[in-house]
Amino acid sequence: MPVFWLVIVVLALAAAGYILGRSRALTSAGGDIRRLHSLPSYYGWNAALKVIIPALLLLVVWLLAQPFYVNSVVSKMIPQAEISEGSSRGLVMAEVRRTANGLDSIAAAGLIDDDETRNLRVDTTDVTKLLKDAGQVVTSGITQPVLAAAQHYRIMKASGDLIMSIAVVAFALAGLLWGVRESHFDFRARNVVEQVVKALLIAAASIAVLTTVGIVFSLIFNTWEFFRLYPAADFYTLFEWAPSFSGRGGASSLGILPLLWGTFYISLVALVVAVPVGLFAAIYLSEYASPTVRGFAKPMLELLAGIPTIVYGLFALLTVGPMLLTVFGDDGLGWMQGGRAVMTAGITMGIMLIPFVSSLSDDIINSVPQSMRDGSYGLGATKSETIKQVVLPAALPGIIGAVLLAASRAIGETMIVVLGAGAAARLSLNPFEAMTTVTAKIVSQLTGDSDFASPEALVAFALGMNLFILTLALNVLALYIVRKYREQYE
Amino acid sequence: MTDTSFTPPGRVPAPRHGSLITLDARTKKRNAAEKRFRMYGIAAIATGLIFLTVLLSAIIANGKGAFQQTFITTQVFFDPAKLDKNGDRNIDDIKKVSTFGYTPLLHNAIFAEVTDRGIETPLTKASEMKALISASAAAQVRDAVIANPDLIGETVEFRILASSRVDGYLKGRVSRESVIRDKSIDAEHLDLTDALADAGVIEKRFNLSFITGADASESRAEQAGMGVSILGSLFMMLVVLVLSLPIGVAASIYLEEFAKQNRWTDLIEVNISNLAAVPSIVFGILGLAVFIQFAHLPQSAPLVGGLVLTLMTLPTIIISTRASLKAVPPSIRDAALGIGASKMQSVVHHVLPLAAPGILTGTIIGLAQALGETAPLLLIGMVGYIASNYPDGIASGFLDPNSAMPAQIYEWAKRADPAYYERAWGGIIILLVVLLSMNLIAIILRRRFERRW
Repeated sequence: MPVFWLVIVVLALAAAGYILGRSRALTSAGGDIRRLHSLPSYYGWNAALKVIIPALLLLVVWLLAQPFYVNSVVSKMIPQAEISEGSSRGLVMAEVRRTANGLDSIAAAGLIDDDETRNLRVDTTDVTKLLKDAGQVVTSGITQPVLAAAQHYRIMKASGDLIMSIAVVAFALAGLLWGVRESHFDFRARNVVEQVVKALLIAAASIAVLTTVGIVFSLIFNTWEFFRLYPAADFYTLFEWAPSFSGRGGASSLGILPLLWGTFYISLVALVVAVPVGLFAAIYLSEYASPTVRGFAKPMLELLAGIPTIVYGLFALLTVGPMLLTVFGDDGLGWMQGGRAVMTAGITMGIMLIPFVSSLSDDIINSVPQSMRDGSYGLGATKSETIKQVVLPAALPGIIGAVLLAASRAIGETMIVVLGAGAAARLSLNPFEAMTTVTAKIVSQLTGDSDFASPEALVAFALGMNLFILTLALNVLALYIVRKYREQYE
Repeated sequence: MTDTSFTPPGRVPAPRHGSLITLDARTKKRNAAEKRFRMYGIAAIATGLIFLTVLLSAIIANGKGAFQQTFITTQVFFDPAKLDKNGDRNIDDIKKVSTFGYTPLLHNAIFAEVTDRGIETPLTKASEMKALISASAAAQVRDAVIANPDLIGETVEFRILASSRVDGYLKGRVSRESVIRDKSIDAEHLDLTDALADAGVIEKRFNLSFITGADASESRAEQAGMGVSILGSLFMMLVVLVLSLPIGVAASIYLEEFAKQNRWTDLIEVNISNLAAVPSIVFGILGLAVFIQFAHLPQSAPLVGGLVLTLMTLPTIIISTRASLKAVPPSIRDAALGIGASKMQSVVHHVLPLAAPGILTGTIIGLAQALGETAPLLLIGMVGYIASNYPDGIASGFLDPNSAMPAQIYEWAKRADPAYYERAWGGIIILLVVLLSMNLIAIILRRRFERRW
């Protein structure tokens, strides 16, 4: 693990830098701490940071950039004739990489020595057999251009790794020298260290922005790729979802509308379950309940929120579904064909959302000023009249915000619908029929063996893009409503 | 002057209401509405609690069976004529005998138990005992022989796994009606199982290997365990902890203590609050596109899972860390600055230690949330195969394909054999116990160290 050792070397140099920087500063002050500008440890940290940061930064950038460079050089070596019908340069490159890795491991295992692997030729040695015998995974027979490319790939990779190691260690040494030379009694080490630390803090805070940028870019690039292979107009207007299983496009019809319908239908059922229960629970807890009841019931309800969604998924599949089936199935009312249905997923999701709605509404109801209630009581209203005519209207924007947040949760929920809602995309009004959702289809399109370049796999990114925009819009709207409402009483 | 003087003399107003004792219709209606409204509230709470009870009892009722497993205790005779034809106890020769060589020995052993006890059964051939024992038993016996070749020629007592149908029959999962269509077992075997269970040969015991063992292939439900996926989750949580704690704390310190009110700060804050509400599956898409397609990190590796979950938990950790930094009173900072500390020193030496318990609590809760998350793991490939190998060493723990607890549960829930449903529920019990203890630790930490200023 050379990267691991490289990091260890850099850290060791940093430790050396700490000790050298500190002692050099002390010596320059003649051993008298009071003559130093900063505390001695700051001189040490200054040197250590100057070793670590540039060296590790270089290491990360190199590790990310090198595969691209090597790939682009080696893939130019592959002649056009080598790329067979129905294949692509990328697939051949994958074969090249596999061959190179295979050569690496047989050389490491000592089956043949390193020089021999460089001089292997397909016409003199059966390389495919050699690799397969050594337990390596190679799919097809290796041809001479592939082998040559693999050998070149290995050489470039090895020399790249070597140069990287040298460069990183050189950077670390230069940093060490720089930091230690600076250590003089009138050098403002504390200011420098604090500036660097502050820069690191800003970098950490920016990771949130980077994550968003990463999400947006990975969605946009792949969605763009998808729309080049599949017309966007069809995606948004077709009433049919029927991906072909060949993974080569053509016969697939990929319309988002049935998926959106399933998503909205299931979310609607979930909200019909969660909103009344959650809202009345919140009203009771904040207006009626004694402290003892509140102290017991509130954490119990919130326990529902702490349970992972996979548990709800299994609950939907194995408990709710069969339960509904006994009532509405062929033995009962005959409305339901299988355990997986809109109702199954919707009810389970509703249970999951109860604590979400109730704790958000609880906060909002509690933030309605007591003086408004007192005014209403003073006019002779009963408690329920006060709640219905004073508290709830005052809290309404906040509650709408909470419901929107719950809706965004329901739309983005995955495990419950994957296990409970079924796999067939349908446009139907019957809530006892199996339907599917955007999230469930993202999972099913990306977990198969299909290759990532086919429209059947890329459609998942387009679905993800729409899901992201939808939930983001709901969240922003909800936050806007909640924030606007809060200002009225402060 | 009193109120009475407003009343014109000689005219007493007729009381519109009855009295305080007899209520008029309108008051009754209002009181009834009040009562009704209250009942709605109680009904809502009761509904929530009933759902919780149903959920928890479904988990326990369905899952507790996974912690028990049916075993057969039997005397296995290691026939030297079959296992070591040359008779020189050469370990290489012994290794050449595959599990197929051991299976008949087990059949004979069980059949001997049946005939010795005089149990009457229409099954007259030793090979018909196959349906009773797990396919994994032969490997267990073979491993014992290879570890100790002296066993050959001896008769040794073994406790081997019963097949999942026998296990299901004793647990009530497999009924006599369901075996009619079942190819792997029939009613005679069930009669035999009853007889052997009465004789004490077949019995249910605590199943430690469910907690420590590896996943098994689709047809060997009786052998499957959570052990490997627990390790996978553990390695993932290590990645999440090592990355999200320092990054989250650094980000919170910047936003709470140093950030000036400007556009960049606003952008970061809006981002964090929005990221907290992005569906987890979108993080899975991010992980797939960035870590696997772009950076070529290995698929299904706990390292990648940990990275994705780190990005997902960061907002949670940042929000709770900021709250606990905010709870440290400004007088602490002022005092530190007053005696000559720099801003950075006041934060690192004074504010941070005082906020540490709150930060820790928030981190544990964030980790618990990450531990139960499944959807992003599906996209980076932590399902769809059998996690049957323990990682050998730290590096392989991070980089080799593995599963995680929730992904393993999902995997079992997808398999066709109902025996795996029981495993999935059992896995949920383990997962919930872990989550519950993490939350308890967080609560205890908060109670123990929380300071009110």
